[in-house]
Amino acid sequence: MKRNPHRTQNIAFFFLLVAMLLIVVPVSLIVVIIIQKGLPAINWQFLSDVPRQGMRAGGIFPAIVGTIYLVTGAIIFALPIGLLAAIYLSEYSKDNPLNRIIKLAIVNLAGVPSVVYGLFGLALFVVFFKFGASILSGSLTLGIMILPIIITTSREALESVPQSFREVSLSLGASKWQTIRHIVLPNAIPGILTGTILGLGRAAGETAPILFTVAAFYLPQLPKSIFDQAMALPYHLYVISTQVPNVDEKIRYGTAFVLLALVLFMNLVAIIIRYKFRKKKKW
Amino acid sequence: MEKIITKNLNLWYGDFQALKNVNSGFKANKITAIIGPSGCGKSTLLRVFNRMNDLIEGVKMNGEILVEGENILNPDIDLVNLRKKVGMVFQRPNPFPLSIYENIVFGEKIHGDNIKKDKLYDIVEESLKSVLLWDELKDRLNKSAMKLSLEQKQRLCIARLIAVKSDILLMDEPCSALDPQSTARIEELMRELKNNYTIIIVTHNMQQAARVSDNTGFMLFGELVEFRDTHEIFTAPSDKRTEDYITGRYG
Ligand SMILES: Nc1ncnc2c1ncn2[C@@H]1O[C@H](COP(=O)(O)OP(=O)(O)OP(=O)(O)O)[C@@H](O)[C@H]1O
Ligand SMILES: [Mg+2]
Repeated sequence: MKRNPHRTQNIAFFFLLVAMLLIVVPVSLIVVIIIQKGLPAINWQFLSDVPRQGMRAGGIFPAIVGTIYLVTGAIIFALPIGLLAAIYLSEYSKDNPLNRIIKLAIVNLAGVPSVVYGLFGLALFVVFFKFGASILSGSLTLGIMILPIIITTSREALESVPQSFREVSLSLGASKWQTIRHIVLPNAIPGILTGTILGLGRAAGETAPILFTVAAFYLPQLPKSIFDQAMALPYHLYVISTQVPNVDEKIRYGTAFVLLALVLFMNLVAIIIRYKFRKKKKW
Repeated sequence: MEKIITKNLNLWYGDFQALKNVNSGFKANKITAIIGPSGCGKSTLLRVFNRMNDLIEGVKMNGEILVEGENILNPDIDLVNLRKKVGMVFQRPNPFPLSIYENIVFGEKIHGDNIKKDKLYDIVEESLKSVLLWDELKDRLNKSAMKLSLEQKQRLCIARLIAVKSDILLMDEPCSALDPQSTARIEELMRELKNNYTIIIVTHNMQQAARVSDNTGFMLFGELVEFRDTHEIFTAPSDKRTEDYITGRYG
């Protein structure tokens, strides 16, 4: 039988469409359900008050603050180190088997389950360095978890800057570092931001790494220093969903909504920055 | 007077010898063309004059290269100064993805310490004037250089060298991305520039070499076969291989 190219094309389109829907439908459903059930819980009191009556009432303010502290700490730690490592790997390291193995290892570290990072943070920061369960330990643990993402995406961003820019810059008498500083880095910023966003989102949402290193079950007052414990949104969500009986569904979905909104907001900010850069730099 | 002199210059990429015993002298305020078939070592020779070959792993050189009397193969040579003095124009016009203004002051920003804004502006004006772009571009200095035409980009790249006060311009097939009209105008510019600069141009195009250069070197398999007055080399080549090439018997 002769194949009808038109029909083949339609069949292909059909499967592509189905594949697309398989992704889009569940994601939209999750978002819709969380908004539908969570939005009614959102009011000023919910956002600004401490949890009350065994977390069955009141707000989630300490958890929001805790998550913001943890994410900020993780980025402060991971972005400079990750960026420097990426610069080393892409601009200075020679292409030999050892360095290729290092690069591959870093890519694979991004896939290590987060609970492993949690145990690592417990052993290293909480116990060995004696930071205790604290914002410091939690931030460092989250930072280590997102380092591979930041290094890999930053490295790719640096490597995608055309070689010819480096040549011209060097041929104008710029040193290697000046070339990186003035030519390579500015052109890699959009890509580096992407990596940072991905890292941020992951750091904000993970429960396992903070479980043993920082997260407080219930801590109505705000942390006063980086050596204090803190509540955090994902862990709080876990607690009120599984550990505390009879929590109103509204509060659970409200918490999920805030977590989702926080992550989406961070993404949005970074996307806007990225878009601005894109418009300015073009080659 | 000779700006650049090479004495028994050899260069290897790993085991492959790309330059064989090259002896040459490039005269100040002249345009010297280097011609020869693909792969004969023209770009390699050009790139030794600002030590751009250093970026390639496994390059070995011996012999002497004197730039204004100083042997640049000397390991203590100041590469920054050398590269300011010996500027390079590449085959593909390659401005940075910055504004026209920033492209020209790039070198100044890298090398200079705290130059005043109006001084920078003067440098931009002067450099753009010397490549005949000032009138076209003076009202949009802050626009991206990536939006210029290919010819304007290539002129901008030349202006960028003028801004760092290069006095030797190495041009590696600077017109091969341009159309014939643009090519003619760039050649016109080169004739203009040679009053103040020493120009070495690599070209695939023998007519271009004949039109624009004062001296011509013909290379083959890493050897500089013949190096003479352009008119003489094209009318009465002394080497059989040169004759074969300019009459079109080589690829
Ligand atoms: N990085 C390198 N590593 C090894 N061999 C190289 C390298 N660069 C150039 N070569 C070799 O050296 C020889 C000279 O190269 P070069 O680029 O100087 O030639 P060319 O005359 O400029 O050629 P074209 O006209 O094609 O630009 C060629 O045979 C080339 O294969
Ligand atoms: Mg070449």
